[in-house]
Amino acid sequence: MNPLKNLESTTVVLAERNIDTDQIIPARFLTTTSRSGLADGAFADWRFDAQGRPRPECPLNTPDSGEILVAGENFGCGSSREHAVWALMELGFRVVISSRLADIFRANALKNGLLAIEVDAATHAWLLDHPGAKVGVDVAECRLELPERPGVSFELDPFARTCLLEGVDALGYMLGQLDAIEAFERGERRYGAAA
Amino acid sequence: MSQTLFDKLWEAHQVRPETTEAPALIHVDLHLIHEVTSPQAFAELDERGLKVRRPDLTVATMDHSTPTWAADLQGQRRYASEQAWEQVRTLMDNCDRHGITLHDWDSPNRGVVHVMGPELGLTRPGMTIVCGDSHTSTHGAFGALAFGIGTSEVGHVLATQCLLQRRPRTLRITVDGRLGAGVSAKDLILHLIGRIGVDAGTGHVIEFAGSAIRALDMESRMTVCNMAIEAGARAGLIAPDQTTIDWLRGRAHCPQGEEFEQAARGWLELASDPGAKFDKEYRFDADEIAPTITYGTHPGMVVALDQPVPSSDEPATQRALEYMQVTPGQALLGRPVDVVFVGSCTNARLGDLRSAAEIMRGRRVADGVRMLVVPGSEQVRKAAEAEGLDQVFIAAGAEWREPGCSMCIAMNGDRVGPGQTAVSTSNRNFEGRQGPGSRTFLASPATAAACAVKGCITDPRHLDGRTEPRIHFPAPRQMEARP
Repeated sequence: MNPLKNLESTTVVLAERNIDTDQIIPARFLTTTSRSGLADGAFADWRFDAQGRPRPECPLNTPDSGEILVAGENFGCGSSREHAVWALMELGFRVVISSRLADIFRANALKNGLLAIEVDAATHAWLLDHPGAKVGVDVAECRLELPERPGVSFELDPFARTCLLEGVDALGYMLGQLDAIEAFERGERRYGAAA
Repeated sequence: MSQTLFDKLWEAHQVRPETTEAPALIHVDLHLIHEVTSPQAFAELDERGLKVRRPDLTVATMDHSTPTWAADLQGQRRYASEQAWEQVRTLMDNCDRHGITLHDWDSPNRGVVHVMGPELGLTRPGMTIVCGDSHTSTHGAFGALAFGIGTSEVGHVLATQCLLQRRPRTLRITVDGRLGAGVSAKDLILHLIGRIGVDAGTGHVIEFAGSAIRALDMESRMTVCNMAIEAGARAGLIAPDQTTIDWLRGRAHCPQGEEFEQAARGWLELASDPGAKFDKEYRFDADEIAPTITYGTHPGMVVALDQPVPSSDEPATQRALEYMQVTPGQALLGRPVDVVFVGSCTNARLGDLRSAAEIMRGRRVADGVRMLVVPGSEQVRKAAEAEGLDQVFIAAGAEWREPGCSMCIAMNGDRVGPGQTAVSTSNRNFEGRQGPGSRTFLASPATAAACAVKGCITDPRHLDGRTEPRIHFPAPRQMEARP
């Protein structure tokens, strides 16, 4: 995982609410066994018409438009497919900002070095109204710097923040807990849950 | 201190409680895997030289990319693509290399992962269950903490049998009263999502409670918990009771005899204590719920079948109505239907098939309508065939297929054409979910069957008479996936 510490970029705005992971990567692209090669499928039905021609009005078709995606409320709802995160990263995004993010999408994003954060309604509304705004992201300080208005703080799980800053994933930490896991498995279990 | 069902499950599985610095380390009792979300996780293990730590707690099936056509005389299956077959073969290889039980084509138990787990008794109260599939919430119907995970987390569980998780908040939805005649669990959960919204459960685990929930059989409870994720909650829960115990007794992976009865006494202790506090509560009256259908492009856009579609000034809603070619102020009754799908982890169990067959018996699928009936598992298929349900569907002109996710996710070749209208018993009506440009109306198996018979959206309670196709409705036009 590539570390993410600071980033300054223009934003790409998809203002619609409830953008589900079927929009981000339609199921017909999920027969892959790889994490890569998903760029063509990313938002395929938004970016291309039925004949496969790019839709010029789709903001995702503007080249080099930025690494920060600002999306409408409840972004990433629906399916748990991590392909949605891989596809967004292949499109060049390192940050997703919304007023509300779906739980599984957010968890998947942070495990891949895609910073997925929620901001307050007023900041969100401003960002939606200002596509292409140049936004600064400071992961260590959990701050967004915005043009023309004061910066804002965002919440980020301290564990996820450390992983992002250091470019490490959680599995190394978990493997360090194997003694505790084995001790737990040897212990007596309530409700007869052990298989 | 009074605890919720969720509190008890969470605390019984904490290897390490959460701190400010690190999430809790939660032990997983059962890890279900399938072909779509596991290959990259196995590859990750290989890259790091890791083994699957507990193959004995891991069970695999193949359901998403698999064809639902029967094998031909040479035993060949009609995969949608070479890549789909490659994906299934990768799962076979991975399970073989790591000693994981895979329910493949030869297994009498293969099925959609969330149908198969419970019917084998792999799913039991008090467990933690995860799967790389958001509808893992289904298993919460048994009082198990069950939720969907991404592929990175699939890798974590394969390698450690644990997950790092922040403690979610709790939400209780109490439904008292009684469901009316002809109103099913599907109508109930669609109604609830419509009332609370598709993100009301975000960050929460939902416990469904109340007399109307208690009165549901296990299959219906699975339908309800299955769609907790459509309200944003990773997990849904229903406290185990005598209904749960009776359904599980004798199932293959359950303890047997006195051992089972002893376990069952423990399961009854899982229920939320009186006075337990939830972070958020909703209350509903089951008597107010009518047969319900979606009209838009997410599962919270619902309407009672006989009520007009509400109007809205919100651009997203207007866009959804345009995509669906739905007119606000008009009921959906009478809208012509092209495809009817009875299947999916939401509604492909024996009771669902019986409910659809009851409508179909002695009737025919309307001209020009294609109806696909896809049982949730091999066990469901055999039980349905033993009752002759397959013959009811076939005689009516429907296609009776082999188990799989099929047209719910439309990645195996079973799909709805561009611009077509589908009434589906599945769980998601997102744009293009059932195929590019498809229009999906989610409903119960009874409603879906009634729509197939009449060739238009129909209230199953008024099948004979009253509901006729509206001839002034514009014919479906070929529509591009997005304007």
